[in-house]
Amino acid sequence: MKIAVLIKQVPGSDSAFRASENELWIEEMQIQYEMNESDAYALEEALLIKEAQGSGEVVVVCMGPSARVSKVLREALAKGADRAIHIVEEDPLETDPYQIANILSESIKSESFDLILSGLQSVDLGMGQTGVLLGTMLGMPTATLVIATEISGDKIKVKRELESGWFQWVGLPLPACLSIQSGINTPRYPSLKGIMGAKKKEIKTINKGDVQLRDSLQMVNRIYSMQRDKKTEFIEGEPDSQVSRLMDILRSEVKVLGA
Amino acid sequence: MGILVILEQKENSIHRMSLEAVAGAQDMADKMNMEISALLMGADVSPYVEKAQGLELKEVIVAQHELLNEYSCDGFSEIVRQVIEKESPNYVVMAHTYMVRDFLPRVSALSGVPFVPDVVSFQVTDGKPVFTKQMFNSKLGSDIVVNGAQGGLISFQSAAYQAESVRKGDAPVRDIEISLTPDQIRSVSEAPFQESSGGVDLTSAEVLVSVGRGIGEESKIPMAKALADAIGAELAASRPVVDSGWLPPFRQIGSSGQNVSPKLYFSVGISGAIQHVVGMKGSQNIIAINKDPEAPIFEIADYAVVGDLHEIIPRLTEALQEQ
Repeated sequence: MKIAVLIKQVPGSDSAFRASENELWIEEMQIQYEMNESDAYALEEALLIKEAQGSGEVVVVCMGPSARVSKVLREALAKGADRAIHIVEEDPLETDPYQIANILSESIKSESFDLILSGLQSVDLGMGQTGVLLGTMLGMPTATLVIATEISGDKIKVKRELESGWFQWVGLPLPACLSIQSGINTPRYPSLKGIMGAKKKEIKTINKGDVQLRDSLQMVNRIYSMQRDKKTEFIEGEPDSQVSRLMDILRSEVKVLGA
Repeated sequence: MGILVILEQKENSIHRMSLEAVAGAQDMADKMNMEISALLMGADVSPYVEKAQGLELKEVIVAQHELLNEYSCDGFSEIVRQVIEKESPNYVVMAHTYMVRDFLPRVSALSGVPFVPDVVSFQVTDGKPVFTKQMFNSKLGSDIVVNGAQGGLISFQSAAYQAESVRKGDAPVRDIEISLTPDQIRSVSEAPFQESSGGVDLTSAEVLVSVGRGIGEESKIPMAKALADAIGAELAASRPVVDSGWLPPFRQIGSSGQNVSPKLYFSVGISGAIQHVVGMKGSQNIIAINKDPEAPIFEIADYAVVGDLHEIIPRLTEALQEQ
């Protein structure tokens, strides 16, 4: 089975995010780029599927500037991915998921993957749709919020998270494209042997300009700090006076107590 | 045609978040001088028509097909694609539910129309529609514009608009012809099931008492439970409390748990990590107790109680029981 995993490099979630001066991206001075969280789960799921099958290939696909991408691609290869495809992008970076999916589709359609996995959404832009867009463009059935997979023959069964603690099993014919929810598995750490071996693995580069065939459909116009719109009343002092103020609030302001 | 708002059904009713989406569509329609049509789709949508007609809309469009009996990504996206083709709406509006996250991107790819997801507010600036979305773990805002004239698919975040603010009306109903064949639906869905929900629906609770790591240890959970009982609340938790096994997963609030917007969210010992806040910031009132005056939860709280929850909660519970 030939599996592609879409991986995005994103600012680490502990970063202090400040809008850049031109308000089109963030200040990058203190930002460390890392593998997007749900993408790391997608990669692990692909490796587990390949191991369970006993054969196959896991190819990681990443788009972005070289300085950011190479670290996460090396990490993915060190964890066990067989090779990588890097779509090289320079500023300004694309933010339209449709355009990104189209570029990915043009870049990988000749590979004829049996399965494409992506994380559910990125922690930076959080558009949450690139995987489904790509799957649709490649003519595949898609499923999102996947928290378990079972391969049998030319079909895959996935457990999907619905709302309010509900779940559903859905069967899809292969080839298929799945968006993976965090928590589906426990991502491994790269072994020393894996890290050494990664250096010999292939990273194919594709120039974004060569596979960009259309205009973008939407764009991020401005990034900025959100205005804090709440007025907060701070209640300090002794517990007894705090409790008495809380009782007032519950009774007269929030009004959740019966008459 | 203006705006097409698609109404989702949940538990034999129109999804509460879909009513919020109608309020959002009405706001968009006011600002762009457009009319709104609503779409009901399913095998038999008759139980929902009356409720939909009671909204201020130009019309309610009904698309029925037996193959829409249960949700499928292929089936639902194909029908919405057909309706878009026939009706040519400028915007398609939905609530940002799990179902929408699953099939609206497919509609985007099929129709060649951009999907702007998880929108928190809308305005027209210099004659251009601008959609605001949170980015970077909800720490920053962003303005998104749709290029060209083809419009877009828009989903509104939970509590971006209030369901109560929807304007009422008396809309006519129109059937629309659609076609769908079994071979177009490639996936096979089994019946949805719940994993030990304990019969609890946090999303419909009016008051939640939610416990965080600051509670300290499992033996203190009954103290929070007593407060919840005294105030008539359901008990909820942040992820660390669930990961520690102190409360079951179905009580978890946040990005990996439930998304709630109760009348009162009473947070106890929760610091306010963003993964938690995204699941509850739509609450109408937020009271937070934390010993750290810098706790991020206070950023979004209406009432910030700075102090030792172990001192405050038993006293508050007692006061509630006495009244």
